[in-house]
Amino acid sequence: MAPRLKLFIPLILFAAMAVFLFRGLSLNPQELPSALIDRPLPQFELPALGQERVLAREDLLGEPALLNVWATWCVACRVEHPYLQQLADSGVPIYGVNYKDEDGAAGRWLAELGNPYRFNIADRDGTLGLDLGVYGAPETYLLDADGVIRYRHVGVVDERVWETILQPRYLQLAAGGDTP
Amino acid sequence: MIPELGHFALIIALCFALLLAVVPAWGAWRRNSQAMALAPGLAMGLLFFVGISFACLAIAFLQDDFSVKVVAGNSNSLLPPIYKFSALWGNHEGSLLLWALILSLWTAAVAAFSPQLPLLVLSRVLAVMGAIGVGFLSFSLLTSNPFARLLPGIPADGNDLNPLLQDPGLIIHPPLLYMGYVGFSVAFAFAIAALLGGRLDASWARWSRPWTNVAWAFLSLGIMLGSWWAYYELGWGGWWFWDPVENASFMPWLAGTALLHSLAATEKRGLFKSWTVLLAIFAFSLSLLGTFLVRSGVLTSVHAFATDPARGLFVLAFLAVVVGGSLILYALRAPAVSSRVGFSWVSRESLLLVNNIVFLAATLTVLFGTLFPLIMDALGQGKYSVGPPYFNAVFVPLMALLVPFMGLGPVARWKKDSTRRWQAELAIPAVVAVVCGLTLPLLGGQYNVWVALAVALSGWLVLGLLRDLWYRVRGAASPGAGLRRITPSYWGMFLAHLGFAACVTGVVATSQYNIEHDLKMVPGQTEELAGYSFRLLEVVPAKGPNFVADEARFEVSYQGEVIALLAPQKRRYLASGQVMTEAAIDAGLFRDLFVAMGEPVGEEGAWAVRLHYKPMVRWMWLGAIMMALGGFTTTLDKRYRRQRSAARVASASEALHGT
Repeated sequence: MAPRLKLFIPLILFAAMAVFLFRGLSLNPQELPSALIDRPLPQFELPALGQERVLAREDLLGEPALLNVWATWCVACRVEHPYLQQLADSGVPIYGVNYKDEDGAAGRWLAELGNPYRFNIADRDGTLGLDLGVYGAPETYLLDADGVIRYRHVGVVDERVWETILQPRYLQLAAGGDTP
Repeated sequence: MIPELGHFALIIALCFALLLAVVPAWGAWRRNSQAMALAPGLAMGLLFFVGISFACLAIAFLQDDFSVKVVAGNSNSLLPPIYKFSALWGNHEGSLLLWALILSLWTAAVAAFSPQLPLLVLSRVLAVMGAIGVGFLSFSLLTSNPFARLLPGIPADGNDLNPLLQDPGLIIHPPLLYMGYVGFSVAFAFAIAALLGGRLDASWARWSRPWTNVAWAFLSLGIMLGSWWAYYELGWGGWWFWDPVENASFMPWLAGTALLHSLAATEKRGLFKSWTVLLAIFAFSLSLLGTFLVRSGVLTSVHAFATDPARGLFVLAFLAVVVGGSLILYALRAPAVSSRVGFSWVSRESLLLVNNIVFLAATLTVLFGTLFPLIMDALGQGKYSVGPPYFNAVFVPLMALLVPFMGLGPVARWKKDSTRRWQAELAIPAVVAVVCGLTLPLLGGQYNVWVALAVALSGWLVLGLLRDLWYRVRGAASPGAGLRRITPSYWGMFLAHLGFAACVTGVVATSQYNIEHDLKMVPGQTEELAGYSFRLLEVVPAKGPNFVADEARFEVSYQGEVIALLAPQKRRYLASGQVMTEAAIDAGLFRDLFVAMGEPVGEEGAWAVRLHYKPMVRWMWLGAIMMALGGFTTTLDKRYRRQRSAARVASASEALHGT
C-alpha cells in the first residue's frame, strides 16, 4: 500500500464508528425489543432466594405485579432499590429475579438495604434471564394478573419512570382494563 | 435579570469564539500579522464573557432563583451553600457551561503563557481552540440553555440535588476531570497547528509536552477523586465499576499516557512524528466521545443525566466535524515517510514503543468493551451488557505485561543500549524484587500469589528507579549536588512511576486481602474482624441541614485499645425522600476500616451492618496523586522557558520562507 494511503486508515475506522454511533442515537437502550410484549412470561422452575422452595410461573399470577431483575454486581440496582422499597411499602407487589448472582451476596444485600420483594427467584445461571431476553440489570417487567408481560422497562425505576410510564399502565391493569 | 445577563454574556462569548476561530486562522493563512496578533486578546475576551455567564448561573443557584429551570430541578433552599454552588455542574446544562468555562481557561492560559511561541503557531493553536469553543458554546445555547426560565409557575422550592452528589468529593471531581479532558484540547490544537504548518518537529513536541502533562495530571486527579467518592459514598466499598461514564474518562487518560511517552520520543529523538500527532488527535477525540456517550444516552449508565436525542445528534455532528476533519487533515498532511532516525531494538525508544502499544491496546480494549453493546444493538444482534469480568480479564494482564518494560525504561539509553549493560545495572534490583515478592506478602497474613506477583513487579519498578537515581547522583561531588543536578522532568517521571507502582500494589492488595462481614448487630454487641473489635454502642437519631438520619456509634479497638469511634449514618433526605447510606471510615496507610449501616432488622433495635477491612486501599489513590504531582513537576523544567530567542529566530525564518 502506498504510504500516503495508510494514513487514511484512522479516518476510515472513525467513519465506521460514527455510523454506529449515529445508529445508536435512534435506538433507545432502555426500550424493549418487543418480542415478549403481550406474551406470557416464560415457564421456569428455579429455587427461591433464601427459602427452601422451588418457584414457578404460577407463583406470580393472581394480580398485576412488577418483576424486577437485579443483582448485587449492578450499580444501578443499588440506585433504584430505595424507590422499589417505597413502591412495595405503598402496596405494589414486586417480585425479584436475582440475576447471575451469588445467593450469599444477594441475601446480605437484602438484609442491608431492605427487601421490597415478595420473593426472589434465584436465577444463578441466568436461564430465566435468557428466556426473558434480559441484557442487563436492572430491568423491570409489568405483568398482568394472568402473567402476561405488558411492559418492559430497562434501567432504573425512579419516581419519574414510575409516575409517567409504569404507574398508568399498572393502574389500568389493576382496574381490570387492557393496556392500550 | 441576572440569568438574562448570563445568557447574553454567553452569546457574546460565542461571538468571541467565532472571531477567535476565524480571524487568527485567516491571518495565519494570509500571513497578516495584525490579524494574528488579535488572537490572545480574543482568547481573553472569550474567558471574560464565559466567566461572567458562569458567575451569573452561580448567583442564580446561590440565591435560590427557582424561576431558572436548572436551579429548580437541581437545588433546594435547604441545601448547604457549597452544594448549591456545586449543584451548578450536577446537571447537563450546567456541566456544559463548566466545560465551556474550562475550555476558555485553557485557551486563555495558552495565550498568556506562550510568549516563546512563534506568532504563526500561536494564532493557529488559538484558532483551533476557538473553533472547539464555537462548538461547545453553540451546543450550550442551541440545545441546552442553562438560563431557561420556568415561567409562569415558579416552583416554591427546588427538587434538590441528588443526595449522591451532595458530597465534598463531588464538589471538585467534575472540575478536575474536565480540566483533564478539556486540557487535551491544547495538545490537539498544537497537533492541528503543526499539521497546518507542515512542520512536525522537535519544537512542536516540546511546546505540547508541558500542556499535555498538566492535562494528564488533572485527569489523573479527577479519576482518582471519582473512584474515592464511589468508595465512601456509594456505601459498599467498591472503587471501580467499568461503568461507561467511568470508561469515558479513563480512555482519554490511557491514550494521554501513551501520548506523553510518545511526545518524549518525538522531542528527544524526532521519532514517531505522525504517530504522536495521531495520538494527540486520538486523546482529544476520546474526550469528545466521552462527552457524546454521557450526553446522548446511547449507553445506559448510573451516571447518565436526562438525555435528549437532539443533543446527541449535535454532539455527534460536532464529533464528526472535529475528529473527521482532523483525521482528513492528518491523512493529507502527516509525513508519510518514516523518519530516517534509526534506533536499535535494545534502546529506550523501543521501550517507549512498548508503552505505546500497551496503552493503545488498553484504550482500544476499553473502547471496544464500552461500545460493544451499541454495536451489537445497531447490527440487530440483540442487547448486551459488558461488565467487569471482560474488562478485568483483558486489562489486568496488559498492565502486568507493561511493568517489566517500565522498570527498564528509566535506565535504558536512547538510540542504542546493550542487554549486557541492562543485566549489570538491574540484576540486583531484579533479585531483590523477587525476594520482596516472596517475603512481603507474608506480612499481610496468609500468602497470596497475586499479591506476591504485584509486589515483585512494583518492587522491580521502584528498585529500578532508585538504581537509576543512584547512577545519576554518584558521579557528583556530593549527593546533594547530584540531586540538585537532576531536572524537574526527571523528578516528574520518577514520581509518576513510583505512583504507578503504589497503585498496582494497592489495587492488588486490596482486591485480594479485602475482608467483609455483613451481619446483624444489636447495641452492646461486639464483632471481630481481622483482629479488630467493632463494638456497637448505640443507634441514635441525628439531624443534618437537609436530612434526618439514624446514626450508629461504633467503638473500634485493637488489642484491647480503643483506636477509633466510627459513626455511620442512614440518611433520609427531606426534599426527595431518598435514603442514603453514609459509611464511616477509619483510614490508615496500611488498612481502612469501613462501617456502613443497612436496615433495621426485627425488634430490639438490631441493625444490619457491613464491616469491611480493606488493606492498602489508600495506596491506589496516593499512587494516583503521586502520578499527578509527577505530571505537574515536569512543567517546572527550565527548557520550557528558555527557548524564547531560538523560537523567535525560527519564526522569523519560517515567515521568510513560507511553509
